[in-house]
Amino acid sequence: MSTIADIQNEIVSEFEILGDDRESTIFYIMELGGSLEPYPEDFRKDEYIIQGCQSKVWLVAEEQEGKVIYKADSNTDITKGLISLLIRVLNDRSPKEILEANLDFIPRIGMGNILGSQRSNGLAAMMNQMKRYALAFQTKQNA
Amino acid sequence: MSIQVNAIRSLFPILHQEVNGHPLIYFDNAATTQKPVAVLDAIQQYYEKDNSNIHRGAHTLADRATRQYEETRESVRSLLNAREAAEVIFTKGTTESINLVAKTFGSKFIQKGDEILISTLEHHSNIVPWQMLSEQNGAILKVIPITDSGELILEEFEKLLSSKTKLVCIVHASNALGTINPVKSIIAAAHAVGAKVLLDGAQSASHLEVDVQELDCDFLAFSAHKLYGPTGLGVLYGKRELLEEMPPFLGGGEMIREVTFEKTTYNTIPFKFEAGTPSIAEVIAFKPALDFIFTTGKKQILAHENDLLDYATGILRDVKGLIPVGTAPEKVAVFSFNVQGMHPFDVGQLLDAKGIAVRTGHHCTQPLMRRLGLEGTVRASFAVYNTRAEVDVFAQAVSKIASLKNK
Repeated sequence: MSTIADIQNEIVSEFEILGDDRESTIFYIMELGGSLEPYPEDFRKDEYIIQGCQSKVWLVAEEQEGKVIYKADSNTDITKGLISLLIRVLNDRSPKEILEANLDFIPRIGMGNILGSQRSNGLAAMMNQMKRYALAFQTKQNA
Repeated sequence: MSIQVNAIRSLFPILHQEVNGHPLIYFDNAATTQKPVAVLDAIQQYYEKDNSNIHRGAHTLADRATRQYEETRESVRSLLNAREAAEVIFTKGTTESINLVAKTFGSKFIQKGDEILISTLEHHSNIVPWQMLSEQNGAILKVIPITDSGELILEEFEKLLSSKTKLVCIVHASNALGTINPVKSIIAAAHAVGAKVLLDGAQSASHLEVDVQELDCDFLAFSAHKLYGPTGLGVLYGKRELLEEMPPFLGGGEMIREVTFEKTTYNTIPFKFEAGTPSIAEVIAFKPALDFIFTTGKKQILAHENDLLDYATGILRDVKGLIPVGTAPEKVAVFSFNVQGMHPFDVGQLLDAKGIAVRTGHHCTQPLMRRLGLEGTVRASFAVYNTRAEVDVFAQAVSKIASLKNK
C-alpha cells in the first residue's frame, strides 16, 4: 500500500499538469470538492464545526479496525476540495501514520499562495483537528 | 463636464501593477480607497521637513506642522459645510468617532429607559457601541426594519419614534448594499420628538455631497481612508452646543486647560476631544486628498460612479445565476451580489485569480445578512478611478464563474 508521502507526491504531480495558472488550480480544487463523499447529517452540528475556519467546516472521524476514517464537509467549494485532498491523504491509516505524517502537499501544489493567510490558518486548524482525532484513537488503542 | 479617468488614474501609483498575472482591478473601494500621489508626497514631506509636535512648540517646525494640521481641519469644515472648524474633531476613524459619542454624549444625556434607534442596515461599529452603552446604563436599543430590497421601512421608523427616543444613529449609505437612506426626513422627524441624530457617514462622505447644516444632523462620523486619504484618521462632526456640553472622551495632554492635583479644567472644542499626540502626518496628508476631491468635483465624481454602477448593474443583470443583493433605487456605487450555488468566498477567490479585488463575506453587517437570509455577499464597490473597461473584464469573469454552477 502506498504511504502518505506517496499519495502526496501523486497529488503534486497531478497539479503540476495545471502549471501555475491560479484560475485552473482553483477550478480543479473546486471540482475535487464535488467528489467528496456525502457527510452524515447526524454530525452536522455546531460541536463538529472546526474553530478558526472562515468558512464552515464539519469534521468527524471514527476508528475501523485500527484505522481512522474521516468524514468532512464545508459550505464552500474550495474548502471542500482541500478537504477531499486531506481525506485522500489521511483516510484509512493508523493513528501512528497520521500523527507522524509530514503534510506538505498544500504549499507544493501552490495553494499556500492562493489561499492567503486567513484561509491558510483555517486549513491548519483543519489538519490539527484531523491529527487530534488520530491522537485520541491512539490513546484509546494504547489504553 | 465628465471626468478624465486616465488623467485621474495617473495620479494613483498603486493602480499600475499586475496582480496574479493580470492588471489590477481594484473594486474594494468601500473598504478603503487608494491614495493619490499628493497624499503620499505629503506624508514624506512632513517627515522629511516638518515633523514636530503640534500646538505647543515654540519653534518654526512646530508652527509649520500646526498650521498644516489646522488647515486640514478647515478643509474638512468646507467639505461638510460646517459652521466652524471647531466643530470638526479628529479621531482614529469612524468607529472611534461613534464610540466617542456613545461614551460622552451617551453617558451624560442618555439614561435608563431612554431609547436609541438604529437600523437593520448598520455596520457593527454603529451597533456595538450602543449595545455597550445600553448594558451600562439600561437604555433600550430599538431597530428600524428594512424591506427585502434593503430600504428602511419609514412607517416603522415613525412608529418606533417617541418622546423616549434620545438618539437616532443611522447609516447614511449602507456599506453592504449601497442603499442611500432618506436621512434629511429622518433627522427632521427625530428632531420633532427632541431626539438627536448621529449619521454614520463612512460611505456617504466619499460619494455624496454631505452638507451638515442643510441636513441639520447633530453628529456625523467618517474615515479619511475612504476619501483617498490616509488610514488611522477619522472625523467626528458635532454641533458646537452639543460638543461643549459633552464631557471629554480621553484624559491626557492637549485636552486640558489647567491641571492641578486637585482639579483639571478642560480645553475648548475641538481640543477637548483630542487628547494626546494625534496622527499629525495623516491629518496633514488628508488635505491633498480633499483637494483632489474638490478639484475633481464631487458632482462629477458622483456622476462617474453612478455611471459605473448603472453600467455594471445593466450588464450583470443577465448573467445566469447572478443574484443582486440590495436593489434600492437610490444607491452609492456598491454592487453586492451572490452566485447561485456558490459561496461568496469562492467567487472572491476566483476573481482574485484574475487580479480583481472585491470584498466577500458579511461586511461587518451580520444582523443585516441574517435579515436577508444570507451568509454573505460578494461586493464590488467603485471609485473615481475605475472604468467601464474594468467593469467589462469584471463582468466577463463573473459570467464565467457563474456558469460553473448555472449551465
